[in-house]
Amino acid sequence: MSETDTMPQMRPVDVAVPREAAEQTRETVFDIQDLKASYGSNVAVRGVDLQIYRNLVTAVIGPSGCGKSTFIRCLNRMNDEVPGFKQEGKILYHGVDLYGDGVDQIEVRRRIGMVFQRPNPFPKTIYDNVAWAPRILGLRKDLHERVEKALRGAALWDEVKDRLKKSALALSGGQQQRLCIARAIAIEPEVLLLDEPASALDPIATASIEELMHDLKTDYTLVIVTHNMQQAARVADRTAFFSLDVDESGRGAGTLVEYDDTGKLFTAPSDKRTEDYVTGRFG
Amino acid sequence: MAAVDHALTVSLRGDRRTRRRRIVNRLVELVAILAAAAAVGVLAWVVYAVAKRGIDLISWSFLTGDLPIPFSPEVGGIGPLILGSAILVGIATLIALPIGVCIALFLEEFAPGWLRVPIQLAIDLMVGLPSIVIAIFVFSALVYGHAENGLAGSLGLAIVMLPLITRATQEVLRLVPSDQREGALALGASRWRTVLGIILPSSLGGILTGTVLAVARAIGETAPLLFVTGIYGRLVVLNPSHAMPNMPVQIFIWSESPDPLDHKRAWATAFVLMAIVLVTSLVARIALNWGRRNVTR
Amino acid sequence: MSTLPATTELRGRRRLRDSIGDRLLVGVTLGASVVAVVVLGLIAWKVLRGAHLAFSKFGLSFLTESAWDAQKGVFGALPGIYGTAVSSLIALVLATPLALAIALFLSELAPRGVRVVVGSLVETLAAVPSVVLGLWGILVLGPFTADHLEPWLNRWFGWLQIFSGEPSSSGILVAGLILTIMIVPIIASICRELFLAVPSELEEGALALGATRWEMVRGVILSSSRPGIAAAMILGLGRALGEAIAVAQVIGANWGIPTSLFKPGDTLASKIVEEFQGYSTFLQLSSLFYLGVILLAIGLVTNLAAQLIVRRFDVYRTEAR
Repeated sequence: MSETDTMPQMRPVDVAVPREAAEQTRETVFDIQDLKASYGSNVAVRGVDLQIYRNLVTAVIGPSGCGKSTFIRCLNRMNDEVPGFKQEGKILYHGVDLYGDGVDQIEVRRRIGMVFQRPNPFPKTIYDNVAWAPRILGLRKDLHERVEKALRGAALWDEVKDRLKKSALALSGGQQQRLCIARAIAIEPEVLLLDEPASALDPIATASIEELMHDLKTDYTLVIVTHNMQQAARVADRTAFFSLDVDESGRGAGTLVEYDDTGKLFTAPSDKRTEDYVTGRFG
Repeated sequence: MAAVDHALTVSLRGDRRTRRRRIVNRLVELVAILAAAAAVGVLAWVVYAVAKRGIDLISWSFLTGDLPIPFSPEVGGIGPLILGSAILVGIATLIALPIGVCIALFLEEFAPGWLRVPIQLAIDLMVGLPSIVIAIFVFSALVYGHAENGLAGSLGLAIVMLPLITRATQEVLRLVPSDQREGALALGASRWRTVLGIILPSSLGGILTGTVLAVARAIGETAPLLFVTGIYGRLVVLNPSHAMPNMPVQIFIWSESPDPLDHKRAWATAFVLMAIVLVTSLVARIALNWGRRNVTR
Repeated sequence: MSTLPATTELRGRRRLRDSIGDRLLVGVTLGASVVAVVVLGLIAWKVLRGAHLAFSKFGLSFLTESAWDAQKGVFGALPGIYGTAVSSLIALVLATPLALAIALFLSELAPRGVRVVVGSLVETLAAVPSVVLGLWGILVLGPFTADHLEPWLNRWFGWLQIFSGEPSSSGILVAGLILTIMIVPIIASICRELFLAVPSELEEGALALGATRWEMVRGVILSSSRPGIAAAMILGLGRALGEAIAVAQVIGANWGIPTSLFKPGDTLASKIVEEFQGYSTFLQLSSLFYLGVILLAIGLVTNLAAQLIVRRFDVYRTEAR
C-alpha cells in the first residue's frame, strides 16, 4: 500500500540487485549473539547469531522442532513464563541487552509485540479487546482514536466499525487474527513478532494476513516464524533457516544454518542443508 | 554497531507507572499467599487442638472399652461408638453403592434425553439437601411412632452418600472412550454384556474411590443420626434394629455437656474420628489423582 | 452348509438372552433412578406433611412472628430466619475473598509441588466433620473470640451496633466464623477449577501485551469466570444456610433478634437440633417441621440458582465459540 519505500523490494525473481550497500543504512533492531536457550536440561536452540533490521519482514523457517518458536519467544521474553527456562548469549535490542539487569519484562513486551499461531482474542467486545492494554498502560487519552487507528492498521476497521460492542469471538478466524494484530499495535510497539500467524487460517484469511504484513512493515519491524516456505518467499525480505543440529551425544538442538536475503536464500543458498530444505528434499 | 541508547536503557527499566504496577502485582501475590497460609493455618490449628487435647486418652482400653457410666470419673471407652459407626456406615454403603452405580449407568448409558434431565436434577438437588432435613425426614418416616433404630440412621446416611457415589461413577463412566463401547458393540456384543463386561470393570477404580470418599463423608455426619439413633446404652450394639451408638452423635452430646471430663472424651473421640476421616479422604484423593493421570495421559 | 440352521438357532437363542439381559439391565438401572426421584419426593412430602399442622395454624405469618412458646402454643420463625441470614452472610462475606485468593494461589501463583500440597490441605479442611469443627468452636475458637477478637472489635468498632456489648464465647459471630471455615474450601475448589479452565493462550495473549500477572488475572481470568464465581458463592451460601450441627454447638441457643453479633442467637437448623428430641406438643413438633420446610426451600432454591447460572455460563461459552 505505502509508496514510501525507497529501497527496491526483494522478490524471489530479482536476485540481481545487490543489497549490501542498502543494508549498511538499515538500522539494526536486534543483534543476537550466540544465543542458547534451554528448558531445564533440554537445549532448544544454540549458536544463533543474526541481526534483525528495521522495517523489514524477517522470516524464520525450518522443519518442526528446530527451535523457531523458542527463538522468537526469546525476543520478547515470553519464555520467561516457562519454568526452567534458561537463556545464554546476548539479545541486544538497539544495543541494550534484553536480559540485562533491571530490564523489566513488561516494558520489553510493550515495545515488542506478539501475535500467536491460533487467534486468541479475549472473551470481550471487539472494542475492549483493543482497548484493554492501552487502558492498563494508562493511555486513556483519545482511546477511541487509538482503537480506530489500530483497527485500521490491521485492515479490520471497515468490517467491524459498526459492531465494536459485539463479542470478538463472533468474528471469523482471519478477522480474529487481525484483531489480535490490532490489539498488539494499539500500544504502539516497534516490533511485531508473529509465530505462525496464518497456519490456523484458511487460504483466503492467510492471504489477507500476508497482505497486511506488507503494509505493516512501513511502521513496524516484523519477525515471522513460518513452516510454509512459499509464505516466507512471498512476504519476507530476509529469511533465516533453522535446522536441527545433532551433537556427539545424539541430542539435537535447533541452530541457525543460514541467514540471507530471501531471494538469495531460496535461489542460491550457501549451505547444503538450506538447499535440501528449500528444494523439498527433506523437511 | 549502534551505540547503546542510554535513554532506551533507562526506559526499559520502567517508569513510575511501571513500578506502581509491579508493586500492585506483588501486593496481590502477597494477599494470595496469606490467604492460602490462613487456610492451612486454620487446618493446622484445628488438627493440633484435637491432637493435643485428645491424645492423652487414647489407649487400647479406651478404643475398645465400653462407654462410661454417666457422671462417673472413670474415663471409659468408645469401643461401641467405633463399632456402631462402622456398622451404620457399612449398611449405608450397602444401600447406596449399588443404587448409585445403577443410577449412574442409567444416566450415562441408557437414559433418553427427556428422562435424563429430571433424574440428573434429582441427584443434583440431593447433593444440596441440608442434612438436618434428611434427619427429620428419616425420623418421620421410620422412627416416629416406633423406636429409634440404626437402620433409620443408615438410611439417612445412604441418602447423603447416594448422590456422591452417583456423581463419581458418572464421571468415571464418561472417561471410558467411546471407541471401547463401539468396538464391543461392533463385535456383536449386546448392550448389557458391553456394560457389565467392559465399561463397568474399567470404571471400578473410580467407583471405588468415589465410594471411599462418600464413606469418609458419612462417618462424620451427625444430623441424620441424631434423632433416630441418638439414645443408646453403654454397651456394644450389633443389632441395627436397635439404636446404635456412634461417634459423631456422642461427640455432639459430650461437647454440649458441662463436665470437663466429657470434653476430654469428646476430644479423644474426635481425634479417632478425624484420623479415620482424614486418612480415608487422603488415600482416596491420592488414588483419584493417580487414577486420573493414568487414564487421561 | 449343514451348520447353517444351527448357527441361526444359536443366534436366535443368544439374541433372546441378550435382549432379556438388556431389558433387565435397563429395567434395574431405571428402577434405581426412579427410587432416587421417589425418595426425593418422599422427603419433600413428609417434611411438608409434618409441617401441616403448624402451617394450617399460623400460615405465612409464621415467617414474621418471633414468639416461641410451647405452653402458649405460639411459634414464629423470624429469629431463626434472622440468625440464619446473618450468620450465613458473615460467612459469605468473609469466605469469598479468601476463597478467591486461595484459588488464584492454587491456579496461578504457586509452583507445581506447592500447588498439590496446599490444594490437598484445603480440601482436607472440607473433610473435617462439622461436629468436630463445632467441638473446636465451643472449646477453642469461642474462648479465643471472647478473649481476643470481640474485645478488639469492640474497641475499634464498638460504635457499630453489631460490635457492641459484652464479648461472649458463643454467639452469632462465632457461628459465622465457623461457617466461614466450612465454606471457604467449597468456593475455593470450584473457583480453582474455573481458573484452570481458562485457556493458557488467553493468558499468553495478555502477558504478551505487557501486562503484569495480576493485570492478566483481572482482565482475562476473573472477568471470564464471573458466572462461575457467582455459582460457587451460591453453593457455598447454600451450605452455610443448611448447616445445623456446628452452628447448634456454638450459637448459644437464644431465640431472639439481637443487634450485636456477640450475642447468642439461633438459626432455623440449630433450632431443630436443639428442640427436636425434647418437644412437648405436636404443634411444637409441627413448627419444627415448618422450619424444616423453610430450610428445604432454601436448599432447593440455592441449588437450582447455582445450576441455572452454570447452565447459562456453558451456553455463553459455546455461543461465544
